[in-house]
Amino acid sequence: MSFQIDLDPIKCEAHGLCAELLPERITLDEWGYPLIDDTPIPVSLEGLARRTVNACPTLALRLRAAANGPRGGGAAPARPSRSRTAG
Amino acid sequence: MSLPRILLGVGADTMDYATHVRVHGELPDLGRRSRSGLPPPLVSELTRAALRGRGGGGFPLAAKLDTVQRAKGTPVVVVNATEGEPMSVKDRMLLEAVPHLVLDGAYAVADALGTRDVVIALDENLRDAEDVIRRAVAERPQGRRRDGQPRIVVVPAGYVTGHETAIVNFINKGVPRPMTQPPRISERGIGRRPTLMSNAETLAHAALIARHGAEWFRELGPGDEPGSALVTLSGGVRSPGVYEIEYGSHLASLVRAAGGVTEPARAFLFGGYAGTWIDAAAATTLRLSRDALRPLGASLGAGIIVALPQSACPVAEVTRVAGWMSDEGASQCGPCVNGLAAIADTLAEVCEGRGGRDAFNDILRWSELVVGRGACAHPDGAASFVTSALRVFATEFDDHAVHGACDACARRPVLITPRERSAVA
Repeated sequence: MSFQIDLDPIKCEAHGLCAELLPERITLDEWGYPLIDDTPIPVSLEGLARRTVNACPTLALRLRAAANGPRGGGAAPARPSRSRTAG
Repeated sequence: MSLPRILLGVGADTMDYATHVRVHGELPDLGRRSRSGLPPPLVSELTRAALRGRGGGGFPLAAKLDTVQRAKGTPVVVVNATEGEPMSVKDRMLLEAVPHLVLDGAYAVADALGTRDVVIALDENLRDAEDVIRRAVAERPQGRRRDGQPRIVVVPAGYVTGHETAIVNFINKGVPRPMTQPPRISERGIGRRPTLMSNAETLAHAALIARHGAEWFRELGPGDEPGSALVTLSGGVRSPGVYEIEYGSHLASLVRAAGGVTEPARAFLFGGYAGTWIDAAAATTLRLSRDALRPLGASLGAGIIVALPQSACPVAEVTRVAGWMSDEGASQCGPCVNGLAAIADTLAEVCEGRGGRDAFNDILRWSELVVGRGACAHPDGAASFVTSALRVFATEFDDHAVHGACDACARRPVLITPRERSAVA
């Protein structure tokens, strides 16, 4: 199973740690808010992605099982498990 | 049967219950689940009718019903009649003219979902409609299963307060601001219960489909977009107001129905302040359907068309509305807060001839940057409004960038925001 990173734009306060920890997937816009590449995260980056999610001071990031098939595809979004962001 | 459907028998006064039944007939009971466990007949009629939401999203109502039905818990049905779009008056018109059609639709859907909990969400500006609804509810025959007491909720006025997650947030926590999804309100909404929220017009169509069936509904409009729709047409037309159109009919015939233009139009705005501008030249042969509008990046949105007369200054109009849209954000998501403000400020500079050489590139870059980055689609809509304006009114924008304000800049606004409305009052 592969993962991708979700952002809660309401929680995000542009601390910017995520872009420092995971520049492979996250850059900052001109106001300091993250731009997230939502292509699935390879296994080699999974540990780092998890640390990035946990490092967010406002808990605005979440790892989510990537939808099967092309981007945005898939059936009804799987019920997000909350424990995944915490653990 | 032809048009009108929703507007059938509508006069100057609110249609009372007796007249409503005389005009449309009784609402049949299609809501019960059969013994064999088949879905209620209403759901299959709505599926075959392919009725799409009329609030702007265009989501099929039957699919929404299906999701709500599958979710755990007793559902809540919400009629969304919060008219956040300043250039739309259809929610007001529906509530004040045909409240029973809207109530029929809400009760029919509630029956199909096996719930009695119906909420009618109005915005502050529709407070007078609140009395009309209360009277209408009191007028209905007592003792019928579907005629429970709906709860009326008055939501603070605003552009994003009528967003479905903002209404749920307001009812749950008193905060009229959009929420991040998921969870979808269809799975976890009011009181954490599955919530079916639908635009007042959509439910009025559902009330007619319950009576006449899907085949009847499909007699109007193209096969992939059947039915009729309410459109608020305003701006430079002789008789602005709410019209019922057949999907796929010509914009020109709608304009004719409104008595024609008061002067040649420069362009048409489709879908309100989160919508898209279309040049008048491209609009002359335009049909009002998703298929015809999609290639132009446009849609009817919540059913809004504005004719911008040639004598108006599009730069002043667009700049004013972009400023208002920036202020109307919920101040929750950084890209929306920063992006819309930057766009609005730079437009204001261009309008006065103070924009730098990069002004247009900056605006286009920011417009692209904000899309998809809010909890709701407010930034996307505001960006579409601005970028389509830069495209359609390129000549006028270039002229202002060089020469500053024009003579028409100070004319009476065509695009109204609540600010102008309160200035007039």
